[in-house]
Amino acid sequence: MKNPYRTQKIAFFFLLVATLLIVIPVGLIVVIIIQKGIPAINWQFLSDMPRQGMRAGGIFPAIIGTIYLVTGAIIFALPIGLLAAIYLSEYSKDNMLTRIIKLAIVNLAGVPSVVYGLFGLALFVVFFKFGASIISGSLTLGIMILPVIITTSREALESVPYSFREVSLSLGASKWQTIRHIVLPNAIPGILTGTILGLGRAAGETAPILFTVAAFYLPRLPESIFDQAMALPYHLYVISTQVPNVDEKVRYGTALVLLALVLFMNLVAIIIRYKFRKKKKW
Amino acid sequence: MRKLKEFIIEKLILLCGLASIFFVAMIFLFLLKEGLAVFTTVNPFDFLFGKSWYPISEPAQLGILPLILGSLLVTLGAAIISIPIGVGCAVYIAEIAPPKTKETLKAGIELLAAIPSVVLGFIGMVTLVPLVKSIFHLPTGLTALSGSIMLAFMAMPTIVSIAEDALYSVPKTYKEGALALGATHWQTIWRVMLPAASSGILAAVMLGIGRVIGETMAVMMITGNAAVIPQSILAPVRTLTATIAAEMGEAVVGSEHYFALFAVGIVLFVISFAINVTADLFLHKRQ
Repeated sequence: MKNPYRTQKIAFFFLLVATLLIVIPVGLIVVIIIQKGIPAINWQFLSDMPRQGMRAGGIFPAIIGTIYLVTGAIIFALPIGLLAAIYLSEYSKDNMLTRIIKLAIVNLAGVPSVVYGLFGLALFVVFFKFGASIISGSLTLGIMILPVIITTSREALESVPYSFREVSLSLGASKWQTIRHIVLPNAIPGILTGTILGLGRAAGETAPILFTVAAFYLPRLPESIFDQAMALPYHLYVISTQVPNVDEKVRYGTALVLLALVLFMNLVAIIIRYKFRKKKKW
Repeated sequence: MRKLKEFIIEKLILLCGLASIFFVAMIFLFLLKEGLAVFTTVNPFDFLFGKSWYPISEPAQLGILPLILGSLLVTLGAAIISIPIGVGCAVYIAEIAPPKTKETLKAGIELLAAIPSVVLGFIGMVTLVPLVKSIFHLPTGLTALSGSIMLAFMAMPTIVSIAEDALYSVPKTYKEGALALGATHWQTIWRVMLPAASSGILAAVMLGIGRVIGETMAVMMITGNAAVIPQSILAPVRTLTATIAAEMGEAVVGSEHYFALFAVGIVLFVISFAINVTADLFLHKRQ
C-alpha cells in the first residue's frame, strides 16, 4: 500500500514546480528587457526621429502614433461598450437575445487579432476608402477592445447593489435617471479599470494594425487622422525582423518602452481596482 | 420632452447592446465577401488540402494544407507544454498557496497576460531561438518547437485563470466531505476537486488553445516561416496566422493572392468560432 502522505508530498512538489515554470520565466523576461533596455533610454531616444533607416535616432513618431491610435480606439469603443454594458446589466431580460449577445461578445474576444486586421483592411481601408490611416487602425483596434470594455463595465454596473436602484426608483426617478445619477457614478472605478485594460491591449497589439495603419518608416509626425503613422509594436517588429544590423540596444530600448507603457496601464488599473475594493461601502 | 429624451437614450442603449452581434456578423460577412472570390479559380477541396502554397508563382498554387499542419503542429506542441503546467499552477494557486503568495502569483499571471505578443516574440528571438539551435545542433533555431514553447506561455494565463475560477467555484462542502472521510488534501484534490471542476478546466484548456491558434506576431517571428509541410518539430513551419500577416502587405488588393489570404482568414474565424462556442457551452454546463 502506498503511503498517501508521501504521494501528497510528491504531488504538491510537482504543482510547485509547475507554478515556478510559469513565474520564473515571466520574471526573467521582464528583468532581461529592463536590464538591456535601460542603457538605450534617454531623452533623445524618446523625443527624436528615427535615423539611418531606423538604426539610430529615436522612436518619437512611433510613440506618438501609438498614442493617437489608442486614443482613437477608446473614443470609439468606450461609448458603445459602456452603453452595451448598461443594456446587459440594466435592461436585458434572461432570454435568447441576451444569450446571443453574450455569445457574440465571447466570440468577438476570441477572434484572432490578425483576422481583425483583415476585417479592418476590407471594411475601413478598402470599402470605406480610408486607406491605411490612423482612423482605420483606431476603428479596428476599437472593435477589438470592445469585449474587454463591455465585460469589465458590466461587472462594475452589476456590482452596484440592487437596493440603490430601488431607493432611487421609489423616490420617483425614472429608469434612465437612476442609471445616470445612481448606478453609473458608483460603477465608475470599475469602468475606468476596464477602459485602461482596453487601452493597454490596444497599445500592444500589432497584427490588427499591420495592414490598416502601419508605416514601415515615416520619420515625421502624422498630419491628420487620414495619415499613416508609425506605431510602437509594429516598429519593434520591423526593427527586429525586417531591418538588418540594428543595434541590439535600440531593439531592447523599444521593447522596454512598449512593455513599460503596457504594464504601467495595467498597474494603474490594478491599483484603481484595489482602492475601490477597500473603499467599497457595501 | 423628457419622455422623448429617455426614449431616444433607451433605444441608443439597445442599439449598442446589439453592436457585438453586428460586429461579429460584419467580420464574418467581410471575410466572406473578400475570401469567397478565391473559389472561382480554386475549388474548396484543393484549397484546404492542396499540398503546396506558392501564391505568387505562375500559375499560383493555393493549397493551405502546409499552413494548417504548421498551425496544428505548433498548437499541439504548445498544448502539451501548457496544459499540465497551466492546470498544475491553477491547482497550486487555488488550493495550496497561502493567501499572500496567492495574490502575488495571480498578479504575476496577469502580468504575463499583459505582455504584448510582439515583445514575447522579440524575447523569444533573442533568447529561446539561439538556445534551441545550440541544444539540438540545428542550422536554425527558428523552429516549430521554439514557437510551441513561446506560445505555451501565451496560453498559460488563460488556462490558469479560468481553471482557477473553476476550482474556486466547486462547492466547499465537497471538499469538507472528502476531508472529513479521512482523505488527504491531495486525494481530495485529485478525486473530488478536479473531477468536479472538469468542465470548467476543459473550457480553460480550449480557450487557451484558441488563443494559441489565433496568435500571430510571436509565431511569425520565431517559427521560421517556411510554408512547406512540416517534417519534424525541429523544422521551420508557417502557420495560418503568420501567412496572412507576412503576405498581406505584398498582396495587391483584388488579386487572387489577396482573396486567398481572406479565405485563410475565414478558416481561422471558423476555427475560433467553434472553439469559443464549445468552451462557452462547457462553462455554462457548470452553472
